[in-house]
Amino acid sequence: MIKRLAKSIREFKAPSILCPLFIAGEVTMEVIIPMVMAKLLDEGINYKNAEGVVVGNAQSLWQIGLFLIFLVLVSITCGVLAGDFAAKASTGFARNLRHDMYYRIQNFSFANIDKFSTSSLVTRLTTDVTNVQNSYQMIIRIAIRSPLMMIFSLIMVFVINPQLGLIFVAVLPILAAGLLIIMKFAHPIFTLMLKTYDKLNRVVQENLRGIRVVKSFVREDKEREKFGEVSDATYKLATKAEKIIAFNMPLMQVCIYGVMLLVAWFGANFVVNTNEAALTTGELTSMFTYSMQILMNFMMLSMVFMMIVMSRASANRIVEVLNEESDITDPENPVTRIADGSIIFKDVNFSYSKDINKLCLTDIDLEIKSGETVGIIGGTGSSKSTLVQLVPRLYDTTSGEVLVGGKNVKEYSVKALRDAVAMVLQKNVLFSGTVRENLKWGNENATDDEINIALKSACAYDFVIKMPQGLDTYIEQGGTNVSGGQKQRLCIARALLKNPKILILDDSTSAVDTQTDAYIRNAMKEFLPETTKIIIAQRISSVEHADKIIVMDGGKISDVGTHEELLSKSEIYKEVYSSQTKGGVK
Amino acid sequence: MAGPKKYDPALMGKKLSMNKSQGKTLKRLFSLITKKYKFSFLLVFFCIIANAVVSAASAMFIGNIIDDYVTPLLSMSVPDYSDLIRAIIAMAVIFLVGIGATLAQQLLMVRITQGVMKRVRDDMFDHMQTLPVKYFDTHTHGDVMSYYTNDIDTLRMMISQSIPQLMSSVITIVVYLVMMFSTNVWLTLFVLLFVAFTLLISGKVAGKSGKYFVTQQKALGEENGFIEEMINGQKVVKVFNHEEKAKEDFDKLNNGLCDTSYKANKFVNILGPINGNLGHLQYVLIAVVGGVLAISGFDPSLTLGVIATFLVSSKAFTMPITQVAQQAGAIVMALAGAQRVFDLLDEKSEDDNGYVTLVNAKYENGELCECKEHTGLWAWKHPHEDGTLTYTELKGEVRMSEVDFAYVEGKTVLHDITLYAEPGQKVAFVGATGAGKTTITNLINRFYDIEDGKIRYDGINLNKIKKDDLRRSLGIVLQETNLFTGTVADNIRYGKLDATDEEIVAAAKLANAHDFISRLPQGYDTELTNNGANLSQGQRQLISIARAAIADPPVMILDEATSSIDTRTEALVQRGMDALMKGRTVFVIAHRLSTVKNSDVIMVLDQGRIIERGTHDDLIAEKGQYYRLYTGAFELE
Repeated sequence: MIKRLAKSIREFKAPSILCPLFIAGEVTMEVIIPMVMAKLLDEGINYKNAEGVVVGNAQSLWQIGLFLIFLVLVSITCGVLAGDFAAKASTGFARNLRHDMYYRIQNFSFANIDKFSTSSLVTRLTTDVTNVQNSYQMIIRIAIRSPLMMIFSLIMVFVINPQLGLIFVAVLPILAAGLLIIMKFAHPIFTLMLKTYDKLNRVVQENLRGIRVVKSFVREDKEREKFGEVSDATYKLATKAEKIIAFNMPLMQVCIYGVMLLVAWFGANFVVNTNEAALTTGELTSMFTYSMQILMNFMMLSMVFMMIVMSRASANRIVEVLNEESDITDPENPVTRIADGSIIFKDVNFSYSKDINKLCLTDIDLEIKSGETVGIIGGTGSSKSTLVQLVPRLYDTTSGEVLVGGKNVKEYSVKALRDAVAMVLQKNVLFSGTVRENLKWGNENATDDEINIALKSACAYDFVIKMPQGLDTYIEQGGTNVSGGQKQRLCIARALLKNPKILILDDSTSAVDTQTDAYIRNAMKEFLPETTKIIIAQRISSVEHADKIIVMDGGKISDVGTHEELLSKSEIYKEVYSSQTKGGVK
Repeated sequence: MAGPKKYDPALMGKKLSMNKSQGKTLKRLFSLITKKYKFSFLLVFFCIIANAVVSAASAMFIGNIIDDYVTPLLSMSVPDYSDLIRAIIAMAVIFLVGIGATLAQQLLMVRITQGVMKRVRDDMFDHMQTLPVKYFDTHTHGDVMSYYTNDIDTLRMMISQSIPQLMSSVITIVVYLVMMFSTNVWLTLFVLLFVAFTLLISGKVAGKSGKYFVTQQKALGEENGFIEEMINGQKVVKVFNHEEKAKEDFDKLNNGLCDTSYKANKFVNILGPINGNLGHLQYVLIAVVGGVLAISGFDPSLTLGVIATFLVSSKAFTMPITQVAQQAGAIVMALAGAQRVFDLLDEKSEDDNGYVTLVNAKYENGELCECKEHTGLWAWKHPHEDGTLTYTELKGEVRMSEVDFAYVEGKTVLHDITLYAEPGQKVAFVGATGAGKTTITNLINRFYDIEDGKIRYDGINLNKIKKDDLRRSLGIVLQETNLFTGTVADNIRYGKLDATDEEIVAAAKLANAHDFISRLPQGYDTELTNNGANLSQGQRQLISIARAAIADPPVMILDEATSSIDTRTEALVQRGMDALMKGRTVFVIAHRLSTVKNSDVIMVLDQGRIIERGTHDDLIAEKGQYYRLYTGAFELE
C-alpha cells in the first residue's frame, strides 16, 4: 500500500527529504540552545570571582549572548524552511494523489464506475486525500521530530550524567506500557462509539429526509424517543471511552514527577557520594527540561502513531482506486474505421457481476442493418438499457459477441468505436457551462450553424433562442434551470452533433410530448438517413413506426417484429399498448 | 469522540478580538455549562489552580534543591539525608495532590463535555421537530447534518480543551506577571513590549495563513464541486470520449488548489518555530542587556540575582501567552460552531394557535359526545369563548375559497384557488411542474400557511384546528418514499404505533403489499436499511401505502405516488391505492392521467391558477388543456 502511494510523491521527493533534514537541524538547535543558555547563566550572570562572590562577567555575556542569537537565527531558518518544505511536500503529494486517481478514473469502464459508486469516488478524491495529506505532513514533521528530540535529549541526559540517564531506561517502558493499556481498553469502546455515532447520524438523516412523513403522521415524539435512545447510548459510550483516555495526562504526570523526584534523590546522592560538586544548578535544571522533552515527545509520538493508524483506512481506499484496472482496453492493433452502422448480437449472455447464474441478458441473437430504426420496449428490469450499452462497448459481454460494422467491438479502438456510436443515456447529464459548451461535447469544432441544425433536429432550437443569452445561456450544474423535456432535447442535440453511425436513445424522450417526439423522429430520419437508430421507450407511440421493434422481458428477447406483427403475436406488447390507450381517444 | 481533530486554521487569521455577538455566544455557552454543572465546573477551576500551585512548587523545588539540600550535605562529614528525604517526601505528596487534581479535572471535564454535548444534541433534535417544513425546504440536509457533526465537535474541543487551557493560562499569566513586577518593573515592561512584538509578528503570519486558508477553502469547494459533477456524469464523459478534456480541466483546478493550500499550510507551519525562537531571543536579550546593566551598576536595584530569577519567570510568562495565541483560532472557530448551533435552537418553531382538537366520539341519544375508547368515530371538539363545547363529526370535507399563497413574500404561486371536496370524493390535480399542485396539498395539512382566503375543514376554519390533530386526520403518500431503518412491520406500524400484527397484515393486504412482503427472506421482520434500498421502487411505494392505510385517516393526499413506477408495476400499486381510497376524501396529484381518470373532479392547474375543472368526460369533451395533455400533444413535466 505504502509503495503504491509513494509512487505519487514524484517531484516532491526533494522537499519530502529536505523537510526532515531541516527538522533535524531545528531539533539540534532546540537541544543546544538550552545548554548554551545554562552556560550563559552559569558563566555570565552567576559568574563568581575568586572569593566565590557572584560578580557576573560582561564579556562572557556578550560572547555567549551573540552566539545564542546566532543559534536562534539558525534555528528560525531551519524551522521556517522545514515548515515550508513540509507544506510543499504534503500539498504536492495530495495534488499528485488526486491527479493520479482522477486520471485513473477517466480510464475506468462502466463496470469499474459501478463497482465504486459515485459518492464513494467523490469521498476518496476529497476527504480521503485530505486525511492522507495531513498524515503525510505529520510523518515528515512530527514523526521525525519527536524521535529525534527524544534521542538527542536522551543523549544530553547521558552526557550530563550517565547514571541519571538510567532513570529513563526504567521510566520509558512504564509510560509505554501505561499508554498501551489505556489504548487497549479505550479502543474497543471507541469503535463501538463510532458505530453509535453512525446510527445517530442516520436517525437525523432519515428524519430530515422524511420530515414530511414525520409531520403528517405526527410522529415527532416517536422520533425524539428514537433519537434520545441513540443519543443516550452515544453519551454513555463516549463518557466511558473518554474517562479511560482521561488517565493519559495523570499517567504522564506520574512519569514526569517520578523522574523529577528520582533525579533529585539520585542526583543529590551522586553529588554527595562522589563528593564532586559536578552537578550545577544549571545542569540540574536542564536535566529536568530534557526529562520533560523526552516524555512529552514520547507521548506525542504515540498520538501521531494513532492518527496515522486512523488514516490508514483512507489510504486503503485511495489505493483501491489506484490499483483498479480498467477491464475495457484497446486491442493490440485496434481498428479505427467503422465500416457502417450494422449491429449483430451473437449468442450474447451478460451479467454485471460476471456470474453466469445472475445473467441480465440471456441468449441474445439479433441483427440490425445499417440505417434501420429499431425500437425496444419492455418493463423496468427487462434489461433494455443493458442490451444497448454493449454496442459502444460500455460493458463487455460475458459470453458471445457483439459486432458493429461487421467486426467484433473488441477489435476497435474504444475511442473510434464510441465516436461512431452516439448514445443518449437514460440518466441524462448536462454540465455547468453554456449551452454551446455543452453541445460541443458532441463535436469540439462544431460551428454555430452545425449547432443550430442539431438543435433544430432535436426540436430544441426554439426554446434555446428564447433563452436570455441564447447559445451562451449558462446551464447550472445538473441542468436545473431547464425543464426535463428541454434537458432531454439538448442531450439529443449533443449526441446528433457527433454525426454518428449509430444513434442510441435510451428512454430519452420520456418528458417530451408526443408531437415533439414524432417531429424529432422524423428529423432524425431526414438528417441521418445512414445512421442506425435505436430507440428505447416506454411509450408505444415512440416506437410504433420503427422498422423493427424488440420486446424485452426478463433479460430475453421476447419478440421481434413490426408494430402490426407484435400486436397480433406479442402478449406483452398488446398489454402495454392497451394500458396506454385504454379508454383513450386515440 | 475519537478521530482526527478538525482544526481549521483558516480562522487563526482572525485576531482574538471578539465582536459583540461572539461575546454573547460565549456567555450563552458558559451558562449552558454552568446551568447543570456549576459545582463540577467550580471543582475543575480549583483543580486548575491546584495544578498551577503544584507546578510553581516543583519549579521552586528544582531551583533550590542544590543550595538548600545538596550543598549542606557536602559540608557534612557523615551526610544526613533525612532533610532531603523529608523534602522529597513532601514534594511527592504535593505531586500526588497535583496528579489527583489532574485526574479529577480530566474526569470532571469528560462528564461536563459529554453532558453538555448530549444536552445540546437533544435540544437541537427536539427543537428541530418543531420547525416548520419551510425550514427543511430552505436548508440542505448536508448543512443541517453538520450541526450534529462538525459544530458539536468544535464545541467539544472548545469545552474540553480550549476553556481549561485558557483558564490555566490566565492563572499562570497573572501569577507570573505579579512575580515579574515585584522583581523588576523595567524588565517587566521590556518583556511586555517584547511579547507585544511577538504577538504582532505571529498575528501577521497567522493573518497571511488565514487569508490563504480562505482561498484554499474556496479552491477546495470548487474542486469538490467539479469532481462531484464530473464523477456524476462520468458515464456521459465516457460516451462522448471526453476524458482528455476532463483531465485538462481537472488539472487546472487541482494545481490551483495545491498552490493555495501550500501557502496556507506554510504559514501555519512556520508560526510555531517563529514563536518559539522569539521566546529564546527574549531570554537572551534579557540576560545580556540586563546582565551588562547589572554589572555596570547602572541601577543598584538591578542585581544579578534579580536577573536570574527574572529569567525564569519571564520564560514561564511567555509560554502561556503563545499558547493562548495559538488557541485563539480554535476558539474563534468553536464560537462560530456554537453560534450555528444556537441559531438552530433559536429558529422559530412552527406556530400553532389551534384549539380545536380531535377526540374519539360516539352517538348517545342521537347526540355526538366524547368518549375515551376507540370507536372508529372521531369528532372535532370545539371550545367556544362562552365556555361551551361543541362536537362536529370528522367527515373529511374540505373547502378552499379564494386562496392566495406565496412561498416567498411577493411571489404569489397560487392565485384565487377555490375548491370543495365533499366527504368521500376524489379530487385530482393535474398540471405542469411548478403549476402549484403540491402547494395546494401543503396548505391542507398546514405545512405552509395561506396568505389570503379561507380553508375550512368539516366547516371549521383550518387555523383553529390544532396542527397535530389536523395532520392526524390526514394521510399522505408521497412520490419520494421515505422508509426508516427497521423492519417492514416497524415501517407499517409508523402509521399507528399501537397496531397489532394482525392489523399490520390487514393493512399490507389492503395495499396489495402482503404478497411480496411474505416472499421476503424474513417476511414482515425483514430489516430495511438505507431507505429500503433492498426493495424496488414499487415495493417501497406499496409499503408506504400500507403505512398510510393503517393510520386509517378520513382524508388522503396522494402526491405523485405512482409516477416513478413503470406501467406494469403501476397496475399493482394502483389497485392498492384504489382500495385505500375507498370511502375517503382523496386528493390526488398524478403524472399519469390514467391514475386520475376516475376522479370525481379534476382540476387542471397552470401557473398557480385553476384553468379547467370537471370530470374526465367533461374535460375531454371541452377539448381544452386537459384534452391536449391526455392525448399527449402537450408536454407534461
